[in-house]
Amino acid sequence: MPNNPYLPQVATVLEVIAETPDIKSFRLRLDDEAAHAALRFEPGQAGQLSLFGAGEATFAISSPPSRKEYLQFSVLRAGEVTTALHGLMPGDKVGVRAPLGNHFPYDDMKGKDIILVGGGIGMAPLRPLLLFMLDNRDDYGKISLLYGARSPGDLAYMGEIREWMARGDLSVTLTIDREVPEWPHEVGLVPQALDKLSPSPANAVAITCGPPGMIKYVLQTLKKLKFADGQIYTTLEKRMKCGVGICGRCNIGDKYVCIDGPVFTQAQLTGMLNEL
Amino acid sequence: MDAKFISRGQLPEWLRSLAARFAVLAPARAGSSVIYRPVDPEAPPRQPELAVKPTESAKRALFPLSEALLTFVKNQPDGKPGLELRETPPPRPCLVFGLPSCDARGFLVFDPVYAGSGTAGKFQDNYYLRRREQAVLIVKTCPRPLSTCFCNWVGGGPASTEGADVLATELKDGLVLEALTGKGARVLDSALLRPAADEQLTAAAQSRAASEAAMPPPVDISGCARALRGKFDSAGFWQGHSAGCLSCGACTCLCPTCYCFDLSDEERGSRGVRLRSWDSCMLPLFTQETGGHNPRAAKAARLRNRISHKFSFYPDLHPSLPGQDGHIACCGCGRCIRSCPSAVDIRRIVTEALGTAAEGAE
Ligand SMILES: Cc1cc2nc3c(=O)[nH]c(=O)nc-3n(C[C@H](O)[C@H](O)[C@H](O)COP(=O)(O)OP(=O)(O)OC[C@H]3O[C@@H](n4cnc5c(N)ncnc54)[C@H](O)[C@@H]3O)c2cc1C
Ligand code: SF4
Ligand code: SF4
Ligand code: FES
Repeated sequence: MPNNPYLPQVATVLEVIAETPDIKSFRLRLDDEAAHAALRFEPGQAGQLSLFGAGEATFAISSPPSRKEYLQFSVLRAGEVTTALHGLMPGDKVGVRAPLGNHFPYDDMKGKDIILVGGGIGMAPLRPLLLFMLDNRDDYGKISLLYGARSPGDLAYMGEIREWMARGDLSVTLTIDREVPEWPHEVGLVPQALDKLSPSPANAVAITCGPPGMIKYVLQTLKKLKFADGQIYTTLEKRMKCGVGICGRCNIGDKYVCIDGPVFTQAQLTGMLNEL
Repeated sequence: MDAKFISRGQLPEWLRSLAARFAVLAPARAGSSVIYRPVDPEAPPRQPELAVKPTESAKRALFPLSEALLTFVKNQPDGKPGLELRETPPPRPCLVFGLPSCDARGFLVFDPVYAGSGTAGKFQDNYYLRRREQAVLIVKTCPRPLSTCFCNWVGGGPASTEGADVLATELKDGLVLEALTGKGARVLDSALLRPAADEQLTAAAQSRAASEAAMPPPVDISGCARALRGKFDSAGFWQGHSAGCLSCGACTCLCPTCYCFDLSDEERGSRGVRLRSWDSCMLPLFTQETGGHNPRAAKAARLRNRISHKFSFYPDLHPSLPGQDGHIACCGCGRCIRSCPSAVDIRRIVTEALGTAAEGAE
């Protein structure tokens, strides 16, 4: 990040991937080649993406650090800035402030069984973590991914997920909210699918990202399955502006989600003030 | 350091001369309010309004209501997509004349946040820091406290010099100006000022002592950080105190220590500016998330955040001396009490939190 934390770096859109009817992934490269080469980030970190004129919004970096050619953000069309971003074409220019915030402590997770639980756009921060773990497969025990969305068409990264399903060293479970003809996978909400899978908490960690409603029930299910608070990781979404701990917007008590987060363990959240 | 005297008659002329070197702000009447207005070196000299405490704080001097952080140009001349970003050049150094001591102490709350200390981020905001470094603050001793003043509860006083460069004290016929810093001494180096005589210095010291004596004794609020943490989940406490709140944001707007901001773009054609503007945690949109969820949808939750930030979260992040409470992010200026249309009183909230906390497990 440059000396001025509010000054984005100019980047060019290399590729736009329509993941679902309302999620697009944007692969970007910083125009300053030296800056791009110097870019260092970790799975779970976020960035601020600017479409000047429309404004700036916060997104998880959805590409892993090992794919050095580009920086990817996956954007759910939700409001003003995200709708404007959905109009981007290859060659267009954006501003990027990244990386911001903390990351998943993948070193602490070494040697453990990994359970990733994602819902909707919540797959965005999980994707780089999973790819990182697959790149370092021997460091981790069993890896399972449970991913849910409203309907089959709302599941992002499907091309890749099919490849993951073909691998023998990773178990993938997909679920959709309501039954559709010829859907070969699970049907039902993510917490229910998790209950059915009923992963063992022994030497395991669970990492969950998704809409607040889903997270709430996933946490309840994990508790029921006897996961301790220290074994559960999640990311928080708060409305953010500066992303650097100054504008005062994203606090929970004396913690700022933009710099102290977005990744927290459930044990940390239990110790924080109750203002989610 | 230097001590000078300026007669009341020469004061406007001196301010005009300073305006050649600085963007000078001085208190001026605006209807029933007193606000900080730029001193125009071309306009006829005007006496600053020194009899009444300014309605607003002086924070706009270092933290403008709205400022362009960047300018952007989107399209290249050939129409191809482009993006050129330019940082706004540093503004002229600023001088504030006649701010009350609480306003100068207010900037002590901004300083560590904008310097990135005390947080995990360590990001520096040079827009603020540059202004701060160059600014000259001429604080004026408060002659008598208002019923809403409580600066002495939070480490201040009517003649506190913390954060200031010059201390001005009014005498009958003019002001004694005492330099507190090198920057302060340099602005006192003017032919319009003469060295203060011993009697004038004595009179100024007496006036300051009288101001301090006029302050009611402080209420001890040590332990407030813990007490407010203990009150966090007491819904009734916060609902009671916020019942009349209109979510107007007057309190945060006038407050010398409220530093929250918004970022937004303004565009015409293919060029525009990214603006930083004051924002307020008392407004419901402040934390409204796009998915519809709002962690502070209720005004009780917003008031709780404003008070707890000042008297609990901020002190926890910015400890002062070991064993003492941290730096309280309120300088006791009383503006939020005075200007609140529904009489929300920050002092009462803090003392009641302490009072009930004392009955508890202590
Ligand atoms: C750490 C983090 C990671 C995230 N990761 C992702 C991700 O990977 N992918 C993704 O798609 N999303 C992600 N999000 C969510 C994303 O940031 C929001 O969806 C995005 O900011 C929405 O912006 P918008 O302008 O489209 O929405 P809008 O709803 O138009 O605007 C955003 C907010 O501004 C408010 N607002 C609108 N108008 C005004 C106004 N006039 N005045 C004041 N406020 C107003 C709205 O209430 C809304 O809360 C993440 C968020 C965080 C905090
Ligand atoms: S000034 Fe009073 S009414 Fe207005 S937002 Fe502040 S507390 Fe509420
Ligand atoms: S909180 Fe109220 S009394 Fe304290 S500094 Fe702000 S306006 Fe003044
Ligand atoms: S987004 Fe500004 S403080 Fe966190």
